[in-house]
Formats: sequence, C-alpha cells, structure tokens
Amino acid sequence: MNALILSAILGVILMFSGILLKQKAAIRNIAIAGMVLLLVVNIMEMCGTVFFNVNTHGMIVFDRFALLFTTIAFASTLLYLLLSARDMEKVGVNYAEYFTLIFFILCGITLTASFKSLLILFLGIEIISIPLYILTGSDKKNLKSNEASLKYFLLGAFSTGLMLMGIALIYGAKGTFDTASINVFTEGKPSLLLVTGMLLLLFSMSFKVSAAPFHFWTPDVYDGAPTVFTSFMATIVKAAVFIGFIRLFDEAFGLMQPQWKLFVAIIVVATLFIGNITAVFQQSVKRMLAYSSIAQAGFMMMAVYAMNTDAKEGLLLYAVAYSFATIGIFAVLIKMKDYTFDGFNGFAKHQPLLAATTTIFLLSLAGIPLTAGFLSKFYMLKAALAAGNNLWLVIFAVVMAAVSVYYYFRVIQAMYFKEGDAPPIEVSRSFKWTLVVLAVLVIVFGIYPDLILSHLYF
Amino acid sequence: MISLLLILLPLLTGLAAFFIKDEKLVRTWALLTSLATLVVSILGLCCMNDTKYLEYECEWLPSLGASFSLKMDGAAQLLCLLNTIAYPLVFIAGWDKTYKNAKNFFALMLFAQAGIMGVFLAADALLFYFFWELALIPMYFLCSQWGGEKRIAVTFKFFIYTFVGSLLMLISILYLYGQTPDHSFSIESFYNINLTSKQQSLPFWLMFVAFAVKMPIFPLHTWQPDTYEQAPTSTTMILSGVMVKMGLFGLIRWLFPVITGASFMWGDVVTLIAIIGMIYASLIALRQDDLKRLVAYSSIAHIGLLCVGMFTQNASGMQGVMIQMFSHGINIIGLWIVVDWIERKTGTRKMSELGGLAQKAPALTMFFVIIALANIALPLTNAFVGEFLIFNGLLGSFTQYYVWYTVLAGISIILGAAYTLRMIRKVAYGETNEITASVKDISLNGRLALGIIVVLILAAGIYPQPILDLTSGVTDSLVDKFDIIRKALLK
Repeated sequence: MNALILSAILGVILMFSGILLKQKAAIRNIAIAGMVLLLVVNIMEMCGTVFFNVNTHGMIVFDRFALLFTTIAFASTLLYLLLSARDMEKVGVNYAEYFTLIFFILCGITLTASFKSLLILFLGIEIISIPLYILTGSDKKNLKSNEASLKYFLLGAFSTGLMLMGIALIYGAKGTFDTASINVFTEGKPSLLLVTGMLLLLFSMSFKVSAAPFHFWTPDVYDGAPTVFTSFMATIVKAAVFIGFIRLFDEAFGLMQPQWKLFVAIIVVATLFIGNITAVFQQSVKRMLAYSSIAQAGFMMMAVYAMNTDAKEGLLLYAVAYSFATIGIFAVLIKMKDYTFDGFNGFAKHQPLLAATTTIFLLSLAGIPLTAGFLSKFYMLKAALAAGNNLWLVIFAVVMAAVSVYYYFRVIQAMYFKEGDAPPIEVSRSFKWTLVVLAVLVIVFGIYPDLILSHLYF
Repeated sequence: MISLLLILLPLLTGLAAFFIKDEKLVRTWALLTSLATLVVSILGLCCMNDTKYLEYECEWLPSLGASFSLKMDGAAQLLCLLNTIAYPLVFIAGWDKTYKNAKNFFALMLFAQAGIMGVFLAADALLFYFFWELALIPMYFLCSQWGGEKRIAVTFKFFIYTFVGSLLMLISILYLYGQTPDHSFSIESFYNINLTSKQQSLPFWLMFVAFAVKMPIFPLHTWQPDTYEQAPTSTTMILSGVMVKMGLFGLIRWLFPVITGASFMWGDVVTLIAIIGMIYASLIALRQDDLKRLVAYSSIAHIGLLCVGMFTQNASGMQGVMIQMFSHGINIIGLWIVVDWIERKTGTRKMSELGGLAQKAPALTMFFVIIALANIALPLTNAFVGEFLIFNGLLGSFTQYYVWYTVLAGISIILGAAYTLRMIRKVAYGETNEITASVKDISLNGRLALGIIVVLILAAGIYPQPILDLTSGVTDSLVDKFDIIRKALLK
C-alpha cells in the first residue's frame, strides 16, 4: 500500500516539477531520489511498517509475493534510471513528463502485482498500458515512433476490449469479481460462460506479455519506440504483467487447469519457436532483442503452464535475471550509433569494460551457468517437469534455448572477435560503475538465488 | 580441503592474471601457479589421501537440494593429476610463444583448468552441470580469439554442439532428480535411484549424448577435427588431452552407477557405434595430409576405443580405460607439441611438403618417434598396458558379439599403426627440401616438456601398478553394480 500511494504522488510531483524547474539535472535528481524513496518505503512494508491504511475490502492484498515482486520492479527501475535517465533527454522536450509516466506505470505495476479482484487487474493493466502508448510515441518527429505508437494503441485497445469482455462473461457466470470466489465450484464442471471468459482473459494477457500468436505488435513497437523506453517496457513492465498473469491463473482459474492447460502449452511452444527462430534472422540488435523478449516470454509462460511453487519462485528469479540483463544491454545499445550487429565489430577494443559487462548480460540471457539467467531457466524447466508428463515440452524448450545461443553469441563474436571500428563512445564513470554493479548482481544471483527467494517466506 | 584447493587455486590465480600487464610476468605467473596446483594434487595423492582432506561440503542451495560438495575418488584423483600435469607441460612448451593480450589468454586458460577440475570433483549433479558448462566458456573465448583463420565459425559449431548436449544432460539430471527419494542433487541420492527398465532408456540417452559429444563419439564428432585444427595449439592440447576425458569421467561417475540397467542394455549398441567410429576415423586419418587433422582423427579413434573399453563393463576393460585415459592425455599433448613446433619452424603442416627432419632435428625426431610409438601402443609404452587391458576386457565381456568387436577394434589398431608410421616416414625421413633444409632442432623448453612426457610414457609403460591400485576401488564398485544388474536380468 505504501508504494501504491507514494508512486501516484511522485508521479504528480514530477508532473509539476516540469513546470517549476528548468534544469534537467534537477528533474532527474528528483526522479531518482523519488525512486529510492519508493524502494525504501516498499522494503519497509516488507518489514512490517505500513504508512497508509486504506480499507480496500479485500480487492488488493499485499502479500509476500506481491511485495517481493514490487521490490524487484522498483530496484530494476532504479538501476534503469541510473543508467538511462540521461538518455531520455535526447528523446524530446518533455523530460519531466517521461518520469511522470514511468511513475504512473509503477503505480499500475503495483496494482497488477497485488490484485484480488478482476477490476483491479483491469485497472492495473490499463494504468500500465496508457502511459506506454504515450512513451512509445514520445519521439514525435520520428515517423517510426508514431507508427509504433498508433499500432500499439489500436491493438492494445482491442486486447483491452477482449479482457473487459472476458471479465464481463466471468461476472455473468459467477456474479463476482473476486478471484477467490471465482475459483469455487459447487457444480463439478465450470460453465461454458466461465470458460469463454477465462479464454478471453488468457488471450488478452498473452497479448500484453507478447506471447505468440499475439506477438505481432512487439517487434514493430519495440523497434519503433525510443530505445530508452523499449528497455523499460521490454523488461519491468513485461515481468509485471507476467506476475499478474500467474496470479490470475493461480487464484481465479487454478481449478480449471484441464480447460486451459492445453492452450497455454500451445502458446508456450509457439512463443518459443517464433521468438527464437525469427530472432536468428535479424540484422539489427534492437530488433533481435525484441524477438529475444518474445522468446524469453515463452520461457516465462512455462511458469504459468507449470503453476506450482517452483514456477512462482522461478518467475520472480526470471523477472530479476531477465530485467537486469536486458536493461544492461539496452543501456549500452542506447549509446551506440549503429544498431546493426556489424556496428558492434571491434567494440571490445575501445570499451573493454562495457564489452565485458555486456557479455555477462548476454550469457545470462542465453542461460549459461553462473549467471542468474541459467538458474531462472533451470527453475522453469524443473517446474515444468514437476508438473508431470511433459518431457516433450521441456526438450523443445531446451532445443530452443540452444537456438537462442546463436543470436546472443553473434553480439559477443562481433564485439570480441571481429575486426572493425565501432566508433568510440563517451560514457561517464558512474554509468560504468552502475553497469558493473548490475553485472555483479547478475552473477551473484546466479550463484546464490536464495538472496532473493528467501524473502518470499520470511 | 585438497579438493577445494584444486579448484580455487587456478580460479583465483586466473583472476589475478587478468591484472598482470607484462607478458613475461604473466607467463611466469601461469607456470608457477600451475606448478603449485600440481604440488597440491600430488600432495592429495601421496600424503594427504584421507577422505577428510579429499572431500569438502558446504551448503549452497538448500531449497533446491543442491550443495557444494566435492569428492575425490581414485578416478578423480587420476584425472586431476592429469589435469595438473598437463598445464605446466603446455605452459613450458609454449614458453617461447607470444600472444596478443597475453594476460587474457593465461587467465582464461587457468579458468578452464578450474572448470575441468570442478567436473572431476563435483559430487552434486547441479554442481557438476555448472562446472561442465564453465569449462566450456573459457574454451570458447580462447579458441575464438586466438585461433586460426576460420576460428569463429568453427568454435561456434563446437560450442553449439556441446551446449545442446549439455542441455539434454540437464533434462536427464532434472528427470533423475525427480526420482530421487529425498529430492536432492547429491551423488548419494542419485546412486539410490530405483528406475524401472522402461524409465531408464530416455535419461540414459539424454545423458550419453552430452558425454558422446564431448568425447567425441561417431556420429557426434564432426566439431572435433575442425576445432583441433583451428584452435591455438596450447588450447588444443588441453582440449584433447584433458577435456575429452570429461565425457569418459561422466560415464564413470554419473552414468554407469546411476542408470546401470540401461548402460548394460544399450552396451552393445554403443559399442557398435564406437567401433564404427574408430574404423571410420582411422580410415580418414590414413588419407590426411594435414598433421593437425591427422592427430585429431587419430584421437577420435583412440577415444572410441576408450568408450568401447568402458562398455565392456568388467574390471579388466575399465581398468584399461583408466590407464589409457591418463596415457592418451600425455601422449597427445606430446604429439601436439611436436606438430606445433614443426608448424612454427617450417610454416606448414602438410606432410607432402615436409621430409628429412631427422637429419636437421635429431632430438625432435627422437621424441617424435617415441611418442608416435606410444600412440600405436608398442610394448614398454604406457598405451600398451591400457590397450592390452581393454582388449582383454573386450574378449571377456558378456556380449555375444565379443569376437566381432575384438576383430573390428583390432583392425582399427592396425590402421592406427599404418597412419602413424606413415606420418613418421613422411615427416622425419626422406630427403630434405627447401622448406625443411634450414630447420633448427627443438629449443630447450620444448626438450624439457617432451622429455618429461617421454619419462612419463616409459614409467607408466614399465610399472603401471600404481595407477591400477589408485583406480581399482572405482572399477570394482562399478563391476559389482553391473554384476547385480546382470544377475537380476538373467533371472
């Protein structure tokens, strides 16, 4: 509850800071300080200090899972701001508004992580989506950015419609928005109305996490949006929607597994396949990362499929591993002038430190041991195997993970082994240090994930 | 304690090597630290061979049931010794070479040593997988950065092959983990798994593929000649001398004792594949002109024989493999040192362009001939003992086709003699030509490395008993396991 209210307040504060303050550095410092405050306040709530007591009639519940995830999301956003806040200046003139929107999105993320009622889920998703439409189109003079924004808005609105429709059908079947009450069956089998509503929700959530076959917006939007914001929406936002996804299907539809298991399995396979195979053929690193985010979503979908304790723990770890690594790579990518693979040729010669950290992030995304990426994939595979009788799915996922090595390692090859003259780029000392911290965290969580996961229970 | 030290020493000294700018200094540093690791492993062999020194355990991921536990049985001791002997040899032989970015090169080499050591020591399946991959990553960078012309594509092929294999192994490990009584990755729990014979085949093959890629066994060997050819020779020595033993060691510690039934049932199939591979590789080796590729194919044939020996599943065969693992490691490093020196001094690896080296470089030729004879397992050399025991085991194995297997494997040995002697004849004897006319004899560091190798070859060939004593515990327990299974099946 602390974070929910504070993030909304911070959003408003930053909105006005744009009018009152002329210096961009001041605005940025307020945003970063606000982010630190938000993180601290959220951790305090984990320790039991609650500042705001609002009676939500059980529509929002901040349990350990929700709080741990919001902590992860805020920590990732803090690192993201430290790395990339400066680069937002180049996007356009409305510097303060960008931060405002980010804080509003965090507000939506908090709602999505902690809902107990379908209405709150809807609110959360919408509060996330609408600022994202704006951020996508924030590079107003760029045609690609405009196109991406329009595309995202139209398709997003459509999927929101599906979601509302689903919620309405479920309300019609059960007469309630409360997730726990939906998950109660007196009459043996769920009604057709309920199943249809559930499927509509499944589809619209799949759209939001860019799972195939609802992924078509992703490459264009991620590619068209200003790279700083792509970084944010491909990582923290996506992880948050996944948290909402797994909560929804655990708490509201947990007993309907026979009805949705097959659909989710198909989505997992399709997402893994399309994401990985298409990423192989990309020439631009940014677009490759867009497809890689689809591929990674396929792995995260395995958590929804498996739906057990391992899956939930693994999803949290996945959120950390994936967000940290992708934020790091994007932070470096933003500095590059040439986004193609060839643009990275010879990068290690001029920037050994940046190349080394980027390599660690890429290894993590590829799932090489000693990085958080490996253990998070490991959790997913373990969870899926524990869910029983689906060795084929696991083997398929593993083969696809091997394919992913191809495109992640292309960047490493370009940086280290290919001759070329990637133009030298200017980075500040603090940027380098933040990147090193991020890389160290990726490795530390890869060796000792209990640093995060133990907080789930105590 | 010893076991932990064996991993930490190369790891930490490798880390330190990243910060030593001066090339000469870092070279000395790498040699000295690798010698220190050798001392530690000898200590573990001679005076501190008590379990309290050789085992180490601490908590790692209790929620998953994985712990950081290391165990050192006879086979592990032998292979750790090989690993620690190989590194100083490689560094001595490469003493007069210069590398671009030398500090990175030596750091990565030492990292690879730590990773390989971890594979030999891990007594926890997840930890084993960790180290299995960790040994690969430095190798990837070493080969791609310092290798030959086609290094990037070739190394990538090698990486993908191994990575797919190891991921399949991961599935197998996860599957077996699900069957453990106490949901733990520890080796004891894995040894207590009871699978029905139907459940065994899939995990067996998933795991075997990973090991087969690493060894490599036909038809998963296609990465190997290219990689050996393109990798920097120091790295090739480690790859072929030490790293391929990871696959065989995996059989000994993780496949045979855990999935004993399927290992027995599929023994015939695997033996057949391995023998086909042996003959196939020998025939190709016979037609090679490039020295590096010839040694690479000869290595495939030798490793095939080791795999056959493992699957005889009796004491003689497996003891032979133990000796032969050590011998093959030593011999092939010797061959690479010779080949590398020839290439550096003459600028070519083609046998058709060489000849007459015996006149110009008598010392080199002497070493070359001894090592080559060891490669074809002449009596008095180490390989003879190993191959003799393997053939003895093969003739006494329980398969009904043992005569055929012995004959076919024997043909490959004869072919091995043919291509090795052909290599000696073409390179060392005959008339000198304009390429070889101005060659000087091998330098002091090369003589030192080759001299140590020759001493080891003869020592193990004349008195192999210490190695047999060291590993008999491991093979005996494996044989017991197979006996139980065989009796159960015969009923």
